[in-house]
Amino acid sequence: MNDRHLLSIADLGREGIEDVMRTADSFREVAGRSIPRVPALRGKTVATLFFEASTRTRLSFETAAKRLSADVMSFAASSSSLEKGESLRDTVETIDAMGVDAMVVRHRSSGVPAQVTAWTSACVINAGDGQHEHPTQALLDCYTIREALAQRRGTEDSQNGADFAGLRIGIVGDVKHSRVARSNVLAFSALGAEVVLVAPRTLMPPSLDGWPVKATADLDSVIPDLDVVYLLRIQAERAGQVLLPNLDEYHERYGLTRERSNRLAAGALVMHPGPMIRGVEIAPEVADLPSSLVTRQVRNGVFIRSAVLFHLLGAADSGEAIDA
Amino acid sequence: MPEVLIRGGTIVDEQGERRGDVLVSGVGIVAVDSTIDAPAGAAVVDAGGCIVAPGLVDLHTHLREPGAEVAETVETGCRAASLGGYTAVVAMPNTEPAIDNPSIARDVLELGRNALAQVAVAAAITVGRQGVHLTPMAELAALGIHLFTDDGAGVQDASLMRQALEYAGDLGIVLAQHCQDDSLAAGGHMHEGAWSSRLGIAGQPALAEESMLARDLALVRLTRSPMHFLHLSTAGSVELVRRAKAEGLPVTAEVTPHHLSLTHAEVASYDSAFKVNPPLREEADVEALRVGLEQGVIDAVATDHAPHAPEKKQVPFDEAPPGMLGLETALAVVSSAMSGRLGWVDIFAACSWRPARIGRLDPASGGRQGGPVAPGAAANLVVFDPTAEWSVDPSRLASRSRNTPYAGRQLTGKVRHTLLEGEPVVIDGEAQR
Repeated sequence: MNDRHLLSIADLGREGIEDVMRTADSFREVAGRSIPRVPALRGKTVATLFFEASTRTRLSFETAAKRLSADVMSFAASSSSLEKGESLRDTVETIDAMGVDAMVVRHRSSGVPAQVTAWTSACVINAGDGQHEHPTQALLDCYTIREALAQRRGTEDSQNGADFAGLRIGIVGDVKHSRVARSNVLAFSALGAEVVLVAPRTLMPPSLDGWPVKATADLDSVIPDLDVVYLLRIQAERAGQVLLPNLDEYHERYGLTRERSNRLAAGALVMHPGPMIRGVEIAPEVADLPSSLVTRQVRNGVFIRSAVLFHLLGAADSGEAIDA
Repeated sequence: MPEVLIRGGTIVDEQGERRGDVLVSGVGIVAVDSTIDAPAGAAVVDAGGCIVAPGLVDLHTHLREPGAEVAETVETGCRAASLGGYTAVVAMPNTEPAIDNPSIARDVLELGRNALAQVAVAAAITVGRQGVHLTPMAELAALGIHLFTDDGAGVQDASLMRQALEYAGDLGIVLAQHCQDDSLAAGGHMHEGAWSSRLGIAGQPALAEESMLARDLALVRLTRSPMHFLHLSTAGSVELVRRAKAEGLPVTAEVTPHHLSLTHAEVASYDSAFKVNPPLREEADVEALRVGLEQGVIDAVATDHAPHAPEKKQVPFDEAPPGMLGLETALAVVSSAMSGRLGWVDIFAACSWRPARIGRLDPASGGRQGGPVAPGAAANLVVFDPTAEWSVDPSRLASRSRNTPYAGRQLTGKVRHTLLEGEPVVIDGEAQR
């Protein structure tokens, strides 16, 4: 990794993404041991600062840190002084003063992890900021695709990022408000995939200048050409606003219905960052098809987050620690 | 007060540019000549290599008093003004409470009486800036108030705006608009475009400004009442004003130093110092604003100096209040942004005598701002060193706040001395009180 922090997939580039995925392979192996734990980050403290509730992502990071023997400190906004009017800066500096090596930051506002870097000497990991990015989600998505492609070839051996060359990935849904989409566009295209965004214009970013993507409002026109369908979460509150008439119409135009899934190419993969709303983004029966990787994404999240923590905190002084 | 001799500078005023010494006695200029011998007891102020010009006039200053004294006061804001070469500022009415009645207006004018710059006041168009009821404009005008604005917000209701223009027209006052259609801008924290899309921050489209400007120009056409447009920020706005002026509509417009020098790309750092309303726009907008100022489509530079206490800005970008400091950096920023396009006379025209006229602070309106540098004129003067280089250190600003977008940047051009009514209020870059 080129930096002390992971704020954006752009911090990594192709090489960084491939490094993290390779390290995640080691942690997948560790997970299979009777004691799935290595001493790589013994004595290090990882603080999770979740200003926005997300039990799944927080548990994933905390599990990842514990498997590396790090101490974990957990901060949730609801239990904090933020509600009493403390500024973001004071909160961060207070936690910094307790002596932490990494801060894993989740916030409903875009840019907070970047702001936090100015107020702490710890490594900062973006665990999802507003509508900006969610880099570890994108890494685990890349890892999950890589794994599925390797299995499709009937091998455990991955060709790493090379698998993505020429892969056609459709990201479907509320791209405009999605941090997952922003990170995945960067990650998928860095690895050489072709990305097409599929959304009504009201849910598309106002400008796609500089985005290495194609865009369309018509899911049916691209469905047969996709190797991966990546469905984004639609927030129910968007419907009924001017952005979207209602969820039924959304499902009609952009949901992965049984009919649409039958038009997918053989072996095409279906992904979703969760939590899924069955019947809106995806038909219930489609979500349970073998092509769906949704639960595998969750499992891989732990390996990827261990790998990210290891790269930022451990790689320098304990390169051999995984084998200990 | 002892006499003051400003020696060795280049005089710049509406008459042009020439070498000369300036002798000040009391509150006025008593002599201007190629060389003047210092009278006994006179203080001599060195202006070697500098420009000596009428003091700058800011049509758009948020002094924050009453209500937000933690961010700025009339005293600290005017100290910042004098360090930036300003000898007059127009205090915006979006205080708490708003300047919407004669008693608050009188309070602010009174606070300004002993300040380091002349304080004029703009009053609100509507009571509490709520956009519903007109303020007592005639009573406020009787205090000498000439500009009226709900700045911080635009007047959303077109019918109310029409009535305000008709009423103001009878009084000979000028309404100033912060053009922002809230239905288009609502929820936006930066310019809507490539950067907002990438950064995941909701944007305000250029159209939010341009649609209200277009509406108001139509209302000016209807009512024939004059209007001033605050902090225009888009290429489309420049074009609308260009056409309105060609048509002969009685309108004036201002631009800020930051819209002449910075783009939305700055927001990539998520530093809330770059959050401002209207937002920083695109390269093409910056270019159009420079051309607009160069061609006189835009009449004046105004700072929109908007102090916010540090703790208010040290929050997530979308929670931070919009606004940036401007007074202490304006002249350096503007002269650099316009270098090669405007000569010194035109730069000072945009920063001194044209805004003085718009605010009716010029001699022809009975005021004492905007020059000329001539015997008999008021001694409101700035001495500016156009080649001095300095780095902006927020902790050294005189403003009570620190939210400058130029923190750590190298600027060229620094105010050396400022005289207010003959008093050297800034000497060698230091405020004297």
